[in-house]
Amino acid sequence: MKFLDEFRDPALARKLLSEIRALAGDRPFKLMEICGGHTHAIYRHGLDQLLPPNIELVHGPGCPVCVIPLGRMDDALALARRENVIFASYGDMLAVPGSRGSLTDARAAGADVRFVYSPLDALKLARQHPDREVIFLAVGFETTAPATALTLLQAAREGIGNLSFFVNHVLIMPALRALLDAPDLRLDGFVGPGHVSTVIGLGPYQIIPRDYHKPIVVAGFEPLDILQAIWMLLRQLSEGRCQVENQYGRAVSEEGNPAALKAIEETMEPREEFEWRGLGMIPHSALRLREAYRELDAERRFPIPGLRLEDPKACQCGQVLRGAIKPWQCKVFGTACTPEKPIGTCMVSPEGACAAYYNYGRLSHLQPR
Amino acid sequence: MCLAIPGRILSLSADLATVEVSGVRREVNIALLPELKVGDWVLIHVGFALSRLNEEEARQTLSYLEQLGDLELPR
Repeated sequence: MKFLDEFRDPALARKLLSEIRALAGDRPFKLMEICGGHTHAIYRHGLDQLLPPNIELVHGPGCPVCVIPLGRMDDALALARRENVIFASYGDMLAVPGSRGSLTDARAAGADVRFVYSPLDALKLARQHPDREVIFLAVGFETTAPATALTLLQAAREGIGNLSFFVNHVLIMPALRALLDAPDLRLDGFVGPGHVSTVIGLGPYQIIPRDYHKPIVVAGFEPLDILQAIWMLLRQLSEGRCQVENQYGRAVSEEGNPAALKAIEETMEPREEFEWRGLGMIPHSALRLREAYRELDAERRFPIPGLRLEDPKACQCGQVLRGAIKPWQCKVFGTACTPEKPIGTCMVSPEGACAAYYNYGRLSHLQPR
Repeated sequence: MCLAIPGRILSLSADLATVEVSGVRREVNIALLPELKVGDWVLIHVGFALSRLNEEEARQTLSYLEQLGDLELPR
């Protein structure tokens, strides 16, 4: 068992697809896959072209890079351009456009911007360069917040004085509630994020069937996982059930990861509100460091512009993130906005819907979906 | 960031484990998963083992899918 190839078995996929076709009939279904990782797995494996056409997959806001607003990106760039700073960031963030270029452009202009795979690498940089100020750009949902928390606790224990965190961790449930409260989005069910759920468990999703009467199935990221989750949603809908179900039993448990939740709780607290690209200001939807860790908080140690900036006029990432339009309905998709020269975050992020459509060849509505 | 490749634990020390991920050996932090043992499979995110993969659950999912459609009821 290697937990990968077994969950890509074409024969089992065909079985699932025939069950899905039998259940789907010809009534239209709109299912949202919340997580950008699912969006990419769907298009990389071509699942959208295997599903019956009456099942429409709507892409959700589960892309932590895409939802970072322009103003916040400029704050990161302001920190990166400071004297004597080593700015450490995940690779996903390096090409995200600020109003005057990206982190990669800042590096080209002389800023010391470094790609790291883990916050622990930023801690290593701080140890190796005691004379420099190391700032780590912490982004991601509950999946990566525990890593930031543990690294921060370790830095505090070791009394590392030259490391700080620019925290932009966002939370999945407030964003989902904002989407569910939006009147224009008629959805039949949700494919839930697999790896966020390894941390938060299944409990937080209960409000979706209870208050919004929509089913949600937490899914893994292999083709069989996603197909089985879609099948489980259709079964709920056809049997009139409305529950939280867990397709990803091998990785997700009911209570999630208590140690990870504790680490987050100990070091971070929800912000009153946070701006999400495309979804606007959402209350309690992102984390900041607690007062006790102010020494390690880049926002408290260094000045940042803190401006709220509109997206570039041509950019319709906001609508893509709300599931209001498909990537190819954006005026600049694939023309002025490409992975090489991105205008919006959904094209530059490896979990963005536009990047999935562009890289896996769904370039226009003329092709099968 | 969100996508994680399963890795198998080769050796353990206090807070670190050597893990083999698709043939590549690397050190990961295991502070978030207290009762790990050699041979366990884990999902790794940004240098941390975040969840232990349950082999029994995986087998059940696969065998469940195998029987799909076998009880073909007349439709």
